[in-house]
Amino acid sequence: MAKKTKAVSSKSKISSWGPGLLLISPSIILVGVFVYGMIGANIITSMKDTHTAAQVSGRKPSDFVGFSNFGKLFADPDFQHSLINLLLFTVVFLVGTLLIGFLWAWLLDRPIKGEGIFRSIFMFPMAISFVASGVVWRWLLNPAKGETASGLNRLFQQVGLGFLQNSWTQNITFGVVAIALPAIWQLSGYVMALFLAGFRGIPDELREAARVDGATEWQLYKQIIFPQLAPIALSAVIIIGHMSLKSFDLIMSITDQRTYSTKVPAIDMFNAMTDNDYSNAAAIGTILLVIVAIFVVPYLIHDSKESAKR
Amino acid sequence: MNETAKKNVFPWGTLVRYILLLASLTLVLIPVYVLFVTSFKTSADADPSRTWMLPQLWDATNWGRAWDTLYPSLINSLSLVIPSSIISAMLGSMNGFVLSKWRFPGANIVFTLILFGMFLPYQAVMIPLMNLVTNAGIGFGIPTLIMMHVVFGIPITTLIFRNYYETIPGELIEAARVDGAGMLRTYFSVVLPISIPSFVVVLIWQFTSAWNDFLFALFFGGSKDPVVTVALNNLAHGSIMADYGASMAGALIASIPTLLVYIALGKYFVGGLMSGSVKG
Repeated sequence: MAKKTKAVSSKSKISSWGPGLLLISPSIILVGVFVYGMIGANIITSMKDTHTAAQVSGRKPSDFVGFSNFGKLFADPDFQHSLINLLLFTVVFLVGTLLIGFLWAWLLDRPIKGEGIFRSIFMFPMAISFVASGVVWRWLLNPAKGETASGLNRLFQQVGLGFLQNSWTQNITFGVVAIALPAIWQLSGYVMALFLAGFRGIPDELREAARVDGATEWQLYKQIIFPQLAPIALSAVIIIGHMSLKSFDLIMSITDQRTYSTKVPAIDMFNAMTDNDYSNAAAIGTILLVIVAIFVVPYLIHDSKESAKR
Repeated sequence: MNETAKKNVFPWGTLVRYILLLASLTLVLIPVYVLFVTSFKTSADADPSRTWMLPQLWDATNWGRAWDTLYPSLINSLSLVIPSSIISAMLGSMNGFVLSKWRFPGANIVFTLILFGMFLPYQAVMIPLMNLVTNAGIGFGIPTLIMMHVVFGIPITTLIFRNYYETIPGELIEAARVDGAGMLRTYFSVVLPISIPSFVVVLIWQFTSAWNDFLFALFFGGSKDPVVTVALNNLAHGSIMADYGASMAGALIASIPTLLVYIALGKYFVGGLMSGSVKG
């Protein structure tokens, strides 16, 4: 306690904390300009009618149009399709990584020979770029069937699961779910690592005590292990969820920016920008920001309160 | 079931775990098998009916073609990744030090505001960034990409270092302060020498994410000297007929640096991943 008061009194003098603020100020300015300043500038552009190259280059003026770009976007079936795709993709990506990540962590939690090898191999896809993994998944997800089938469709034929053959990314409604497969392949190991750290953080005494009290294995999980793992699951949802909302690389490398069945808002944003429709591009960026903020900001605030308590 | 009976029973549980683990292992490695096998096949060998088989004869032509295409971009990527990860690590270390050990009023709020940058969907700042790069005469290319990776790397590098410095006992800093050391001396003589593990984690993290980045590279890299992800994507999407052999060899070539880092420094790699989950 005494130490704490001393620290507080030395903190109250600017001569004491000033240099720290000075040292960190370049970063504060950079983040201020490039994150918050740019967010502001982006919102302003999203409320203008900059839809042509002439306006982008400043040869023609742009007018302020309020929220009308947003209204038109949400009313556009094309953009609605992107939003639905994003939702589908996110749900499958989240459920897939959480289930597989949990399963792997559960399998590796108790001592087992070769644990290190399993862990390393489950996690290696994280080290690879989405573009590189897209190359091989594009081949695996080849939509050809029957005689000309290759990739997974051919494998399904050969192991007698021919009925599983499908058109993957070319399916208008569920094409985007095919993109979630490589995403799950790449990120499940990460979720496993999170859960594994969670499992290892549960004191053995807690499990022992429950067993001594005659708890069944299921009760042990329900009453002790799951509650302990809940914060980790939340972290995983936040991280995978925000990655999912930003998904771009994987889609670009497996299909491309013009493929209707797999497009998401991040792809629309890129297309709008290359078409010199800066205001729509900015509006889509703003929409993504709002979606991310809705679930990240409460998490960050909660987290900073927690660390202030510590 | 009593204890002795439990011990003598055949370990069915372990067997089931091994079966599930080996099945998972196989599934995870399928794409790797495909990459390897296809990259060594000649076009004559690439018939759909043989797609899952080993090459009839192992041929390195694809590798040569991929290497010739990607070689310049590998150099570009290196010249992007090395400076950007070093600058990021230095900034992150200073920020982490200040935000955990040389705090100022409002440091917590500043930290949270910086942290939000980690979750920023870059699409929400691309248009203003594009305006800045085209109108302010910054131009496209490697230096611009270095700037982007440094700036948008600040949140994660700050977080990793801050979490690490939080574990240093405050007495160490107080002792230096009492001895009359200023902030910079405290940082350089007390904090920096014990920061090596965090530097390794941050350097790996920044190296990997800058090497693997496609979004910034596509928007701001310019078409003249593409980095490796862009060059690989061009290779894979270039011709009307997909040249799978060369693109698979290319995918392997493009992944070698990050895979080597992962294999050699796996522990630190995982350390970086874990810090990404905010809680240290």
